[in-house]
Order: sequence, then structure tokens, then C-alpha cells
Amino acid sequence: MFQVRFHGRGGQGVVTAAELLASAAFREDRYAQAFPSFGSERMGAPVMSFCRIDDKPIRTREPVTEPDALLIQDPTLLHQAGLLHGLRPDGYVLVNSGRDVDDIGLAEFAARHRGHLLTVPATSLALANLGRPLPGAPMLGGLAALTRGEQTVGLDALLAAITDRFGDRPRVAAGNSAAARAAFDFVTGELDELKAVTHHA
Amino acid sequence: MPYQRIKFYQTGSFAAGNRLLPADLRSVQSSATRANTLTCGHRACQGCGEALGARYALDAVMRATKGKLIAVNATGCLEVFSTPFPETSWQIAWLHSLFGNAPAVATGVAAALKAMGRGDIRVVGQGGDGGTVDIGMACLSGMFERNDDVLYICYDNQAYMNTGVQRSGATPPAARTATTPAIGPEPGNAFGQGKNVPLIAMAHEIPYVATATVADLRDLEYKATRAMDFHGARYLHVLVPCPLGWGSSPADTIKVARLAVESALFPVFEAEAGEVVSATPVRRQVPVTDYLRLQARYAHLFRPEERTDVIARIQASADRNVSRFGLLQDHHPERKQPALDGHLSAEGR
Amino acid sequence: MLKQIEGSRAVAETVAMCRPQVICAYPITPQTHIVEALGAMVKRGELNAEFLNVESEFAAMSVAIGASAAGARAYTATASQGLLYMSEAVYNAAGLGLPVVMTVANRAIGAPINIWNDHSDAMSQRDAGWIQLYAETNQEAADLHIQAVRIAEELSNPVMVCMDGFLLTHASERVDIPAQAQVDAFLPPYEPRQVLDPDDPVSIGAMVGPEAFTEVRYLAFERMRRALDVISGAEADFGAQFGRGSGGLVKLYRTDDADLIVVALGSVLGTVKDAIDELRDDGVRAGALGITTFRPFPAQAVRDALGDDDRLRRLVVLERSLAPGAGGVVTADLRTALATGDGGPRGAIIATVIAGLGGRPVTRPSLTRMLTRAARGELPEFSFLDLDTHLVEGELTRIRAARRSGPTAENILRDLAGRS
Repeated sequence: MFQVRFHGRGGQGVVTAAELLASAAFREDRYAQAFPSFGSERMGAPVMSFCRIDDKPIRTREPVTEPDALLIQDPTLLHQAGLLHGLRPDGYVLVNSGRDVDDIGLAEFAARHRGHLLTVPATSLALANLGRPLPGAPMLGGLAALTRGEQTVGLDALLAAITDRFGDRPRVAAGNSAAARAAFDFVTGELDELKAVTHHA
Repeated sequence: MPYQRIKFYQTGSFAAGNRLLPADLRSVQSSATRANTLTCGHRACQGCGEALGARYALDAVMRATKGKLIAVNATGCLEVFSTPFPETSWQIAWLHSLFGNAPAVATGVAAALKAMGRGDIRVVGQGGDGGTVDIGMACLSGMFERNDDVLYICYDNQAYMNTGVQRSGATPPAARTATTPAIGPEPGNAFGQGKNVPLIAMAHEIPYVATATVADLRDLEYKATRAMDFHGARYLHVLVPCPLGWGSSPADTIKVARLAVESALFPVFEAEAGEVVSATPVRRQVPVTDYLRLQARYAHLFRPEERTDVIARIQASADRNVSRFGLLQDHHPERKQPALDGHLSAEGR
Repeated sequence: MLKQIEGSRAVAETVAMCRPQVICAYPITPQTHIVEALGAMVKRGELNAEFLNVESEFAAMSVAIGASAAGARAYTATASQGLLYMSEAVYNAAGLGLPVVMTVANRAIGAPINIWNDHSDAMSQRDAGWIQLYAETNQEAADLHIQAVRIAEELSNPVMVCMDGFLLTHASERVDIPAQAQVDAFLPPYEPRQVLDPDDPVSIGAMVGPEAFTEVRYLAFERMRRALDVISGAEADFGAQFGRGSGGLVKLYRTDDADLIVVALGSVLGTVKDAIDELRDDGVRAGALGITTFRPFPAQAVRDALGDDDRLRRLVVLERSLAPGAGGVVTADLRTALATGDGGPRGAIIATVIAGLGGRPVTRPSLTRMLTRAARGELPEFSFLDLDTHLVEGELTRIRAARRSGPTAENILRDLAGRS
């Protein structure tokens, strides 16, 4: 089972992101479960959502406390104590930020988790491709790239899920898809760079 | 054999049973084939205004709908005295659910009929003032607001009679009830309280609102019939004296209702889409004391001493009705005739 | 057709296929997505029904009563405070014998106000005379509505389908949404036992006094007894026609040779099963008994499920509701079932664990810890899972110290906030 926890603020599409991930997994004939953290829902409040992906039916209903991957859609949440709580030792963290991991106070963490903790400018990509600061789809594109070694979702399945979800609004679907693909490419590029650096080191 | 031709000269009389009138002027009650929706054998008190009002109103609706009617009744005197287990006085399809939900249940019946393609069957919701004005107000307002196709009839005897004469939102000022006893410097129900549900109904701008009393059979029948010309939410507020609760003589029920109208304490009018379209004129306004004296619930206004101050306030409210509804005007808009041609071909069932 | 779909949406699509004729809705978290979806379907012309936005839950059930009495298939949904607000009408519908089907998106009852899941709402109406079915998954939630319509109409008794608020309603998972033809084959058109018909008028809702009230209530009681067979029949027919197990009275998981059996209702059974597997790996013979039909209480089915011998069994009843002053709710019915009737285990030690109140997550580690203690006989007869004793002690100290100790809920929240 692969477990993802999303962190964001109300209004940033954290719930939709979890559902899209589940939808993508479903397209690849896998079982998936997505649900919100059920906090008091208001704009701007910290919210969480969860997604589990597995090859067999998922029975448990508890919140994800031992994530394999964390998607931080809002870097202002990083100061929250316990945000990275429960992450498995070689788990993945993707942070929505235009800055480097070092610049957002995660240098030490990044050093210990080379290739598993990255930043991606999801909001910028969303603004560029969709015209709105909704980082969900690009974050998922980034996740797909970041976790290519694990069994999460392929980019194609993700793009199909996005198209399906926003089927009645083609421009929104296209914008989100483009942002997701751009983030996928971005993260792929980052990982390739890291590998290159490693080889040289 | 010699014969003598006999001529009858009573054709102009509006007596209830007058069969010599032209068909379109005869009351529904005068018809031998009237529905008798609420038939005899019920357990109402002698002189019960509500039993009279319900029969008058529903027989008229039954004629207007050619018998295609379902009634929903709130808990209260009418429901209790008409269905003493194992009997029922109702000759129509009738449903009693709860005290406060008759308008909503009626809405449900109407929705079901529409869903089943039986919009030809019409729906009446009915209840006393308690179930309408107080506990049923939320459901009533909801029914009005959605413009559901229901005629709601409130039989107003101005208190919770079935449970022993307790004050309701329809209880008039100074009236004695079990929970507004005639004690102290302000005996009876307080002034400055109460709801005027016909006006509340008008504020919802529903297609048709009307008031009536059991004193004027034809007027009540006319309004019940006229209401069925409309589709959507309609409200009929009928004053029905209660001899037990009002402390009036059972023989005076109709007289007391007439005095309520002639003193202008109970204005009789019709409204459509929130605007008054007709008002029954008061030919000669009688002092409120003529009305009050007949009812023991106002006895404390006359004994041990006459409370002229309280009576004056009641008189003032009557006078306000006169000016508000133009009850003493000479001219009034022509009231519309209901579409009777469709209603006369089959009387009741 | 297989879909990755939110629970509420799955229920809405399935309810729509049951061809309801009158749908009345008043919004309350967490049921809103269901009625919103149905409303949209009606507006788009996909569902031919009357959809009414009513002014309260009391009105919602009242509209359903009127519609059902007039011969239409009526549906509504509610939760928590809304269920309480319509309580008078809930009893009325059952007393009148009207086959209304209602979804209850289980949510805690206030005060304190709480929008998250537990079973206190449905439990508050357990004696109203409604059949109560509890869904374990969103698949079952969808399926139970189809069965509910049939069960209700066959018996002339209302049915509430309970699904955990948020945990199921707002969870997206894989659900097989049936085809309209399948549902039509399973559900004949509604043929009322009693109906308001001007051509054949009857009076419905008379007052019944001491001379006959007992008999009328006996017949309602008897109806519930017959419901056990009708529910089993519906489960069997559903399985045959739709090809999967859904509904029925109880569900068993690894109970055959189990010494330790968890008894529970609703979605927590999923997490329970994971915990059971973990315990089994550790050599504990654990199993789970899921109660799908809570009313009528399936006493014989429970006795049969638990086996018929002297072997000592530990039963842990995991309760998502609480009877203040008495203890567990399900426990009481379970104890009665085991103490009466034919068969059933003769050696059973029952412990009640109150868990998941007001949306407190029930986690696998927590369950495993608790069940391990249970297996060792170290679990008290009555306990609260994951109780924050420190928080509780703080408030008790406050209460003992001063008369005007203040509102308890607010005090505790302040203590919690002070920690972080």
C-alpha cells in the first residue's frame, strides 16, 4: 500500500488533489481511497487529505499516520510542528515552492533524504498554465515523477483523471493537465540533475 | 275536479335550504347530494363552530373538485372528534399525521400526486389555530414560500381547545384562557401579542388568501370554491366560535360569529398575490361590547366592574380594522365569481 | 459499472435508480452531497421525481409521510441534529406503517456541537420502529438503499440506511454502480398496503385509545420480527441478481475458531479487520462480528455466529455511541441476545469499548493494543479507547475546586490549545 498525505489550506484544492490521485490509480486498475481530514472547513485554515493506493481492497479508514509521501501544497505550513510526522524513513516530500530546499529550512532533511525531498513551483506553474493559483494538479504531476520508482501513478493515468474530472470545462482540464505535465518534467529534470551531481561527487 | 293554482313567492330568500333559487345561487349545503364530507356521528360539542366550518368548507371544495380531494388534518379538536377509534366521520381520503406538520404533509401528498401524474386530485390541509399559527407556522410558511399546490384551511377558535383552552398565538387580547387567567390588573391575554396569519399569508404573496366565518355560509362556500380556481398555495382563515372555550351558548355560535364580523373585530376579506381585492362591508358597526358580553371568556371585563379601559382598547383595534380594510366604505371592488360552471355538473360525490 | 466515486455520490446515483417519486431535502452536514446530487439529477431531467427544498428536517419527514401515504416512493436524508428534530415524525412514519427510506449520515449529537462521525444519532431513534441497516463500505451503502426500498415496501415499514458521516460519505473509493435494468428487476413498482385514494377513501391516522393501542403496537413489533426474514431474503436475492454480498443481518470475519471477537457496526469494521489480521499474525485467534442489521436486533443470527459451545470467548463490543448512566448501547442488546433464546456461547466475557465518538479516529495501532490487552484478560469491562485522562483530570480538578467552574467543553478546548 502507498499512502499519501496532503497538507494545504482551505481553498487550495487539497481534497480534489487526493481524489484525482485516487482516480488516476483507479484508471490503472488499482484500488484507491481518498478522503479529507474533516477539520473545520473554512478558507485559509490548515487542512489535510489522504490517499491510499493498493493492489487489493483497502479496508482501513483511519487517517494516514505513516505516509509514504507528503505533499505540502502551502509552504507556510512548514513551521507547523509534526507536519512531517510519521513519514517513513525513505519517504518522499514534495513542497510547493519556487525556492530551493535549503531556502525553506529543510536543508538538513534534504541531505538525509537525497532525491526524496524536492520543491516544485506548483503555484507558478498553475498560474502559467491555468491562470489560477491552484497547485493540486502540478503537485500530482510532481509526485508522479518523484515516485516513479514506487508504484503510485503514471503521468498518463493522471492526465486522464484530470481530463475526466474537469470534463465539462475543457479549458480548466487543459490548463491543469499542462500544469501537471510541466511539473512532472520539472521534477524529472531536478532528479536527473541530482543523479548527475551524485555521479560526479 | 276543480284545482287552484298556487304561486310561491319565496324565490328571493337566501335561506340555507332554499331550493327555489336558481342553481348557481343555491348553497352547497342545500343540495341533497352534497358530499357530507364530515358526516354525522362525530363527537363534537353541541354548537361546535369548527364542525360546522369544516363541513361547509369541505363540501364546497368537494363540489369544486368533483370529489377529487385528499385532506390532511392536524392534531386537534377536529381530528379528535371526527375519528374516535374505531369510527371515522370522514367520507373522503383523509390523513392525520402530527400536530405541527399538516402543511408539510399536505405538501407531500400534493408532490406525490404530481409525481404520479394525478394532478387532477387536489389537496386540502387543515387544522385549528394552535396547529396553524404556532407549532405549524414553520411548515405553513414553508408551504407558502414554495407555493405548493395546497389549500390550507385554519379553523380559528382562538385557543388550544382540545387540550383544555390554553392560549395560542391567535388568542385575542383580554380573553381568558387556562394559561391567561382573568387575574390581576391585566386579566386575560396580554395586549400587544399575537399573530395575524392572514396578513402573514399575504406577505408570502401566495395566489389567494381569504377570511370567513361560519355566520355567512354562502361567503364561506364562495371562498372555498374560489380558492380552488387557483393552483399554488392558498390560505383560508375561518373564525369558528367554540362554546366551551369561549363560554358562549351553543345556540349562539352563528350569532357570535356574526357579531365578530359586524363589530369589525374579525375583518372578512380576500387577497390575491399579497393585495386585498375585496372586503365584506360592515353595514352597521356594532359596539364590541355586543360581541364580548355573549362570552364568559370576557366576563371579567364586565364584572365586578366594567373595565372600560380594556374595552376601549378592544374597540380601538376594531376601529383600526375598519380603516385598514375599508369596512364601512360604500363601494368595494366587484368580487370575482368562481368558475362555477365546471363545479356544478356533479355535486360532491 | 465500476467507478472511483465519493460515497455520497454513489448513494445518490443508486437512490436515483430506485425511482423515488418524491425527494425532500433539508441540508445538514455530512449528508448534503447526497441530496445536492439528487437535486441536480432532477433538474437535468435525469431523474423524474418531485424534489422539494423543505424548511426543516421535521418538514422533510412530514413531506415524506404525506407522499408515501398518497402512494409515492418517498426518500429523504439527514443526520444528527436533523434526525432529532424530525424525531416526532420518525416515530409517526413507523407507527403509520409507511415505507419511507432515509439515509442517515451518522454524526454525533450535540451539545457540544460536533459535525463528525459517531452513531449517537441513529441510536437515539433505535426504538422508533424503523429498520436500521449499517453500511460497512460505500459499496454496501449504495447496495443497502436498493435493498431498503424493497424491504420497506414489502413490510410497510420505514427503513433507515446508516452510513458513517465523512468516513463513508466523503470518502472516494471503488464502487460498482448497478445498471438501471438491474435495479428495476430487483424493485417492483410500489404497491401500497394503504393509500389515500378519493375513489376508495380511508381515514389514516386515527386516535387509538387503551382498548386497542396494545394490539396495534403488537402488530408493529411482529412486523419487526418478520423483518429478519425479509432482510435475509433481500440479501440472498441481491446476491443472486447483483453477484455480490451486501446487507443481511450479520457478517463474520475469521470467527470460526476465534477466542477473541470484536463486535462492531459500520465502517470501523474495515480498520478492525486489518487489526484482526495483525493479531492473527501474532498468534491471537481473533475475529470480527459485524452487525449490519441493528433493528430488528438479529439475536439468533448473533448467537449462531458466535457458536454453540462452552469454549471461553472474549467479546469486545466497539461502540460508537454511549448511553450515559448505563454504558454501551449495542452491548445491552448483545448481552440480552446471549442470555436468551436458543444456542449461543455459554462462556462469553463481554467488554465494552467506547471508541470514535465525535469523529475521533479509530486507528489500527490503537485497536491492536487494546485487543492484545483483551486477549490477555486485562481489558476492563467498560472503557473508553484512547481517553486523554490528563485532560479529563484537569477538568475534574477544576470542577472540584470551584462552583463556577465554567463550561466544560470550552475549558477542555482551552487546555488542549494551551498544550500546542
